[in-house]
Amino acid sequence: MTKLDMDLLEILREDCRLPLEKLAVMTGATVTEVAEAIDNMEKERIILRYSPTINWDLTDRERVEAMIEVRVTPQRDMGFDAVAKRIYRFEEVKSVYLMSGAYDLLVLVEARTLKELAMFVSDKLSTLEMVTGTATSFVLKRYKEEGVIFDTEKSDNRLVISP
Amino acid sequence: MKYDRYLNPDIAAVPPSGIRRFFDLASTMKDAISLGVGEPDFITPYHIRNAAINSIVDGETQYTPNRGLLSLRKEISWYLEHRYQTCYNPETEILVTVGASESIDVALRALVSPGDEVLVPEPSYVSYSPSVIFAGGKPVGVETTQETGFRLTPDKVRAAITPRTKALILPYPNNPTGGIMEKADLEALAQVVRETGIIVISDEIYSELTYGGLQHVSFASLPGMWDYTLTINGFSKSFAMTGWRVGYICGPAEIISVLNKIHQYGILCAPRQGQVAALEALRVGRERNYEDVTHMRESYDRRRRLMVDGFRSMGLECFEPLGAFYVFPSIKKTGMTSEGFCEGLLNAKKVACVPGTAFGPCGEGHIRCSYATAIDKLNIALDKMADYLATL
Repeated sequence: MTKLDMDLLEILREDCRLPLEKLAVMTGATVTEVAEAIDNMEKERIILRYSPTINWDLTDRERVEAMIEVRVTPQRDMGFDAVAKRIYRFEEVKSVYLMSGAYDLLVLVEARTLKELAMFVSDKLSTLEMVTGTATSFVLKRYKEEGVIFDTEKSDNRLVISP
Repeated sequence: MKYDRYLNPDIAAVPPSGIRRFFDLASTMKDAISLGVGEPDFITPYHIRNAAINSIVDGETQYTPNRGLLSLRKEISWYLEHRYQTCYNPETEILVTVGASESIDVALRALVSPGDEVLVPEPSYVSYSPSVIFAGGKPVGVETTQETGFRLTPDKVRAAITPRTKALILPYPNNPTGGIMEKADLEALAQVVRETGIIVISDEIYSELTYGGLQHVSFASLPGMWDYTLTINGFSKSFAMTGWRVGYICGPAEIISVLNKIHQYGILCAPRQGQVAALEALRVGRERNYEDVTHMRESYDRRRRLMVDGFRSMGLECFEPLGAFYVFPSIKKTGMTSEGFCEGLLNAKKVACVPGTAFGPCGEGHIRCSYATAIDKLNIALDKMADYLATL
């Protein structure tokens, strides 16, 4: 990783729609260098995709989210990876993390309805032979995601103009 | 009732800040994007805020020593020595004040006798000249121009010195121009100080914010200049701590003790929790090699480049600022006054800037744009300004 790579990541995580020309200006590199650096980071899977942070609560879409704590039996030679793989392949699953502490995997699941989500847990997740237990918590309200606070209240307390 | 006869005419005659009118205009406007903010867009790092909270919870609610907590003065001393190669004894040569603003005020009141002149570079921060007047002195503007990078040139300083000149204010890195003084520039100025013996009040509040690989040079670090210099700095800009109001002034013990007399009778001490927070900022900064400061500086630097390029792409002449977080482009080609341009821009496009004239008459033809604002907003503001220029 070069300084340019880190600078670009800092900028892109805030706004990934900036044109190459502006990225070049801000980092002091040439447009070609910036394009190459981004290209490389995409190839190395450092940058995986460019997606907006959406406040779904303001849309018409019905949507339920849950965080499921999953306890599993790790498998010989494969550890937790094989179980994780089985779980992350379900399309309902948005994120999977291996955790330290009281449980093993944290699974973020999204579905259209409560029923659909419950079905996922009972039919798909709990029935996996390595899964020894689950605890499902539903998301009631989202306050902040990816560093973005959803509340619309004024967050800049500064005077509009100051010396 | 009329109060004119009660008020001190010298003070009543000082005009309100040129920024005030734009503040009133912009405050009423919803959804305006402001490039007029003279403070960081970062909030104070969490560990610093937490140190102050803990201090309150622990019941530390008393006065501190007049000069400030000794532990804080020791950290300031360490910081200045290792960061800027200037040595100040924490017991006798450092005074912690209510922001750097109070440092400026007490310094001027301690030095200026009625009728004394104080040289104030222009354009510069709005408070210097009024503070000189409040201290009973006469501010004498020393012009700086874009052609010389808004640096203070020795010949202009020399030309402004009279037998009444007591001091020179040296405000670099500069608000509003973003100009800095490099070592060679300061050395040329030091020669004038050696010849004339004037005191230099060096306001280095933006010292952590220099770009292009240039390190800030403290005037007092130059050979022989320590004796002639009062160094002012603080936490507002470098640690994003504007609202805490903690700054400091350092200099020869004999001068600092007189400053302390004014401070002690007028203020007593800077707020304790601000001092505790400042102590945490310096202590952790030292341990972590000022990583918070570096992070902020790098973020400002990216935005600085964006703004300079943005103005130049619009066809405006734009001096490359190497310090602080302002750009000071020239709008002379529009034929408008700074005030007219800023007012028109605000009304037509809801983008607020500060006219250069707010910082002294020679700011005419320029506008100050702060880039301490999120990148997406800066980009929108630049687009709107380009649209505005196209309508002129």
